[in-house]
Amino acid sequence: MSVAVSRAGDAAAPIANPAARALMRRHRLRWWEALPWLAGIAFYFAFPDYLSFGCDLIVTILFALSLDLALGYAGIITLGHAAFFGTGAYAVGMLASYNVWTEPITALLLAALAAAVIGFLSGLVLLRTAGLTLLMLTLCTMALLEQAANMGHAYTGGFDGLPSLPIAPVFGVFEFNPLYADTQYLFALGVLFACFVFVRTLVYSPFGQSLTGIRENILRMHAIGSPVRRRVLVCYTISAALAGIAGGLWAQTNAYVNLSALGLDRAATVLIVLILGGYGRLYGAFIGAVIYLALEHFLAQIYPTAWQLGLGLLLVLIALFARGGILGLGEALWRRYGGKLSQRRRDGPTAP
Amino acid sequence: MNAVADIAGIVLGGLAAGTVLFIVSVGLSVTMGLMGFVNLAHGAFAMFGGYLIVLAMNRAQYGFAAALALGFFGTAALSVVLERFLYRRLYRAGELDQVLFTIGLIFIFIAGITIVIGPEHQTLQLPAALSGQLNLGFIAYRTYSIFLIVIGFLIALGIWLTFERTRIGGQIRATVDNRRMAESLGIDVDRLFTITFAFGSGMAGLGGGLGAEFLGLDPQYPLEYLVYFLIVVSVGGLGSVIGVYYAALILGVLNFALTLYLPKGGTIFIYALTILMLLARPRGLSGRKEQ
Repeated sequence: MSVAVSRAGDAAAPIANPAARALMRRHRLRWWEALPWLAGIAFYFAFPDYLSFGCDLIVTILFALSLDLALGYAGIITLGHAAFFGTGAYAVGMLASYNVWTEPITALLLAALAAAVIGFLSGLVLLRTAGLTLLMLTLCTMALLEQAANMGHAYTGGFDGLPSLPIAPVFGVFEFNPLYADTQYLFALGVLFACFVFVRTLVYSPFGQSLTGIRENILRMHAIGSPVRRRVLVCYTISAALAGIAGGLWAQTNAYVNLSALGLDRAATVLIVLILGGYGRLYGAFIGAVIYLALEHFLAQIYPTAWQLGLGLLLVLIALFARGGILGLGEALWRRYGGKLSQRRRDGPTAP
Repeated sequence: MNAVADIAGIVLGGLAAGTVLFIVSVGLSVTMGLMGFVNLAHGAFAMFGGYLIVLAMNRAQYGFAAALALGFFGTAALSVVLERFLYRRLYRAGELDQVLFTIGLIFIFIAGITIVIGPEHQTLQLPAALSGQLNLGFIAYRTYSIFLIVIGFLIALGIWLTFERTRIGGQIRATVDNRRMAESLGIDVDRLFTITFAFGSGMAGLGGGLGAEFLGLDPQYPLEYLVYFLIVVSVGGLGSVIGVYYAALILGVLNFALTLYLPKGGTIFIYALTILMLLARPRGLSGRKEQ
């Protein structure tokens, strides 16, 4: 009896209710949560020739993670998340190109700030709508920014973008440009780790819980007096800031920025990556980005049409049969065949 | 005199382009309003129909009218198969799954057309009767554009009359307004879905062929014009034929004038207007349904 004392400080009785136990356990660190980071470090030693691919991978993971916060946790269905990615990329790009600010870490913070401002201002008006209207408004906001970047070619380089951005050395010591892919990779990995720790903390905080509540049943959240609109707006702004960091990192590691940062292609790709991996789950972004980019890297160069066909079929199959993405599928299989773990609570959205 | 001709030219050209947008998008508006299904792959049906029409004329020597009929019915038939076997499973799913599914369909269509037909651009050979100029008294303008405008008006009128005056139109309106109540009244909603989906996709196919002149026709078509179709539908209002007609014509004229006078980035005004419009009236110009 003495072993199973409740952790909540109430020493009277062990918590018998499995739901309560699951709720208390869900935010604890598990051993496998170290795996992505070990893999990230192993990648550095195992594939020194693929480090720029690794940077792309990290940028995609971070971008998908930011979308997960808005889409997977707050349930904001957006087709225009590249708006914030592009804002961050152009913030870093323009500051560096005109030699205003080239220090990489603070530049990323400025990118986050710029994207957060855009996210806050657009969210202030957009998030009052829902469904198709919201989808369209996010899409149009992104298209608006894309056209603005295209029109302001005196500042943004227009269609050609801004090439060969000068980025100052990291901590003033480590040279930062595409010739030093190892510096870039480790820097990107560090940024991703910091952002991930932030997102993980946020998601398991009371704030994150209320977001899940809003996604699952917005009426009830209104009814219990949760400030729904404000929470969603804050979440959207944070998500935009993270997407801005991803965009800034993308501009830094490529040393250029162009209109592709803002297009529908990028927004659709990140949506696919996230849903492929499984949204509303912290690690969906990781799984989705690894699988998508690996397939794209090796298939798209050789058989572009077959890649597109395969991707299309994969998306249709996932939408029809594996709503939770690859992680959701894995969890369902685990639950069916893995026996005991059925009491583990799923963080993701329940299938409709 | 010259200014009048200029303005008339812009308006006519814009109306013709807008008519194409209307013919393609009207089915999307009705099916979205009826089923609440976010069908991003609607443009893929337009592309499929467009290819049927152009290839029937260029390779199989079909007449224009016969090719249009083939485009309409061929696309409708394909859409019925897809609706029965795939779309139907997702009616009750979330928007996100629908978005993912239809983006997947777009990729499959793009890759399929690229593999079977090839990546190159297809051109529509207009019949001789439609390829000249028509003298309107104050201005001579391309016969085909005038033809499109007239056809579009007749189609809008026909669909509107069907909606307002026939039994099936009443059933559709009832289902858009309140699906459960319509079902309780004995309306076969499933059958209604299939019929309207087939009709809407057929119209899209028709529009893809009729508009090949204006919008072009290549495998990237469904992605290239996706935003335009969605703007028309969301500004026009879900389930509203008249709203979509007006929205398409306004967008057509605006786009035509902007690309003429502000070729670099003039479309920014279209997006800005769409955002303002949707913020002012989230349900569109004359949307019927609370989302």
